[in-house]
Amino acid sequence: MSNLTLMIVLLAVLAITYQLGLVRTRQIAGHNATLRMHSRPHHYGVMVGLWTVLPAFFIFIIWSWSAPWALNQLLIAQLPEHIVNDPQELRVAIRRISNLAANFGIVSEAATWEIQAATFLSDARQLSQTLMLALMTTVAAAGALYGYRSISPLYRARNHIEKILQIVLVICSSIAVLTTLGIVLSMVGESLRFFSFVSPMDFFFGTTWNPRFSTAGVGEGSLTGDQGSFGMLPLLAGTFLIALVAMSVAIPLGLLAAIYLAEYASPKMRATAKPIIEMLAGIPTIVYGFFALVTVGPFLSMLGAHIGLDIRATSALTAGVVMGIMIIPFISSLSDDIITQVPKSLRDGSLGLGATKSETIRKVVLPAALPGIVGAILLGASRAIGETMIVVLAAGNSPSLTANPFEAVSTITVTIVNQLTGDNDFASPQSLVAFALGLTLFAITLILNVIALVIVRKYREQYE
Amino acid sequence: MKTNSTLKMKAENVRVFYGANEAIKGIDMNVYQNEVLAFIGPSGCGKSTFLRCLNRMNDTIDQCRVTGLIELDGQDMYDPRLDVVQLRAQIGMVFQKPNPFPKSIYDNIAYGPKLHGLASKKSELDDIVESSLQKAGLWKEVKDRLDQPGTGLSGGQQQRLCIARTIAVSPEVILMDEPCSALDPIATSIIEELIDELKANYTIVMVTHNMQQAARVSDRTAFFHMGEMIEIGSTTEMFTKPNNKRTEDYITGRYG
Ligand SMILES: Nc1ncnc2c1ncn2[C@@H]1O[C@H](COP(=O)(O)OP(=O)(O)OP(=O)(O)O)[C@@H](O)[C@H]1O
Ligand SMILES: [Mg+2]
Repeated sequence: MSNLTLMIVLLAVLAITYQLGLVRTRQIAGHNATLRMHSRPHHYGVMVGLWTVLPAFFIFIIWSWSAPWALNQLLIAQLPEHIVNDPQELRVAIRRISNLAANFGIVSEAATWEIQAATFLSDARQLSQTLMLALMTTVAAAGALYGYRSISPLYRARNHIEKILQIVLVICSSIAVLTTLGIVLSMVGESLRFFSFVSPMDFFFGTTWNPRFSTAGVGEGSLTGDQGSFGMLPLLAGTFLIALVAMSVAIPLGLLAAIYLAEYASPKMRATAKPIIEMLAGIPTIVYGFFALVTVGPFLSMLGAHIGLDIRATSALTAGVVMGIMIIPFISSLSDDIITQVPKSLRDGSLGLGATKSETIRKVVLPAALPGIVGAILLGASRAIGETMIVVLAAGNSPSLTANPFEAVSTITVTIVNQLTGDNDFASPQSLVAFALGLTLFAITLILNVIALVIVRKYREQYE
Repeated sequence: MKTNSTLKMKAENVRVFYGANEAIKGIDMNVYQNEVLAFIGPSGCGKSTFLRCLNRMNDTIDQCRVTGLIELDGQDMYDPRLDVVQLRAQIGMVFQKPNPFPKSIYDNIAYGPKLHGLASKKSELDDIVESSLQKAGLWKEVKDRLDQPGTGLSGGQQQRLCIARTIAVSPEVILMDEPCSALDPIATSIIEELIDELKANYTIVMVTHNMQQAARVSDRTAFFHMGEMIEIGSTTEMFTKPNNKRTEDYITGRYG
């Protein structure tokens, strides 16, 4: 029986025992006109169902987790001594035996001891499966009986189920938290490995980025000079340069759009325009990327030629402008919400003093909404800094330390892509540097997000 | 109580429509210089709506339409050539809920004068701020913390700040829509005293739900009902011998 069928059977059992619980509860309640049941019938049903299925399910989990290990130990005990003593050979042997046991083909003829071991393994697996099923059935039956028997007017099924639900919720949220934690920890681990090759000083403050791809790999004690230079300042500069260009496109456009939507647009106009602007955020970034590469870049370059500026087709400017367009909805939508939240009484107060509409917006509404707007801008900025596809295609991929937006640059995200694509050894600093870069990027966006959230929250408190 | 007889504002056959719904159904009213005129009446009868006609705040509501004549000092307020910005400086408004701007106390007061260019020097602005706060009876309480946010004051102080803010643009008429309804009895009595002082220099029209308040502070009272003005006259007379049965029922609490 495959695990999938097993799960389906368990669910079916759950449904059946739930029904049983319901029926039983109604019976008891029917007989006992004076005593009120503590909980509703479906609570008892769920309780009986869970008593049946949950313990069996735990057995399943524990068994599936520990049985392979136990079987492996038993198998090793079977093998000839000279194989067991050599880890390399042992690994190969075990793989061959598993394949044999599962009736997969293996390379070259199988030795007798291998065939014996394979037979043993497949028998043992069979036995283990049977044992597990038997145990699960017994436990499920016992659980069902216990649950069924404990249905009584005094039994507080509702409270127990609330408890169980709470536990389930805790488990779900801890999965999310633990995953984040796991990712961060593994990044930290790999970054530390990277820093065993390259000193953090060279990484964080170095001004040259030139990680030579040496196919020879990195030997023990090789000097930093041999493996190229890993100074990330050019990448950081490129990242911020592009983000700066993007924000100087997105902030004015997004903010003005938000003011129009919130203050001037008719409700109908607002209802139509807002989703359309928000659609900008839904366009896949790769589409923006080739739009930048094919249309915007050449156009900007041509425009530059007209007015006597030397603008490269793939440059910080190209990537920044297109990225800015992508970010407009982040800023306009959030700012629009925040501007609309500014209470009408403030506007009335200003208008009542003889201010015009635009004076009211500039001097009362925007200052009141400013903290929230700053929050929206920071969220947009963190998006700009983490953006990858547009810059991969349109920034020119040239890690040079420059403040000139007409030049090609490279960013942290682009470099991570470069370092991890293609053939390379994942233990070399050339690959490991991606983790250090990723961690840096994560830290930057995290800080921006936290600042943004704190500001937005502070603003919310003001009017509640 | 002697009432002044110089006409300040005049309304003739004023009707207000919210979309198709007629909220004010033809009201005539005179407002005299330096009087305190109170509007009373059951909820939804159109007191706020009519008050907002008196400084054209209804212009800010999209589907709201006003017809009829309203004059300030003999000048048609709804004349298309008239600048509504100037008008609102002449007729200030204090709202039901204190609504200080999220700025410093100083900037709250300085906002209007700056807008209208009433001060050419910082020192002049300082003077306006101080005298407005003094007139609103708030100066002593806040003079050491003018740079702190106006939103940090107590409710009663905030409302006096809003009154000071209105005074700062030197209006001739001050409209107040239930200025004390968000305040406790002590803050209320402070504002009532303030209104009593202010009427020496300003004409005040206020909406109130509080009969005692109308009786205490107003010279004349207008009773509204279902978009119509049923009765207007001297407060003492209206509260002792109202002409209209509905007014009497409302005042004595038998309404509804
Ligand atoms: N912005 C608006 N849009 C549509 N109808 C409105 C609007 N404001 C008020 N009304 C309607 O106009 C009528 C009068 O309202 P108004 O606010 O003037 O009453 P009020 O006498 O001030 O009541 P209250 O004592 O509760 O403040 C009500 O029927 C109300 O529903
Ligand atoms: Mg009202």
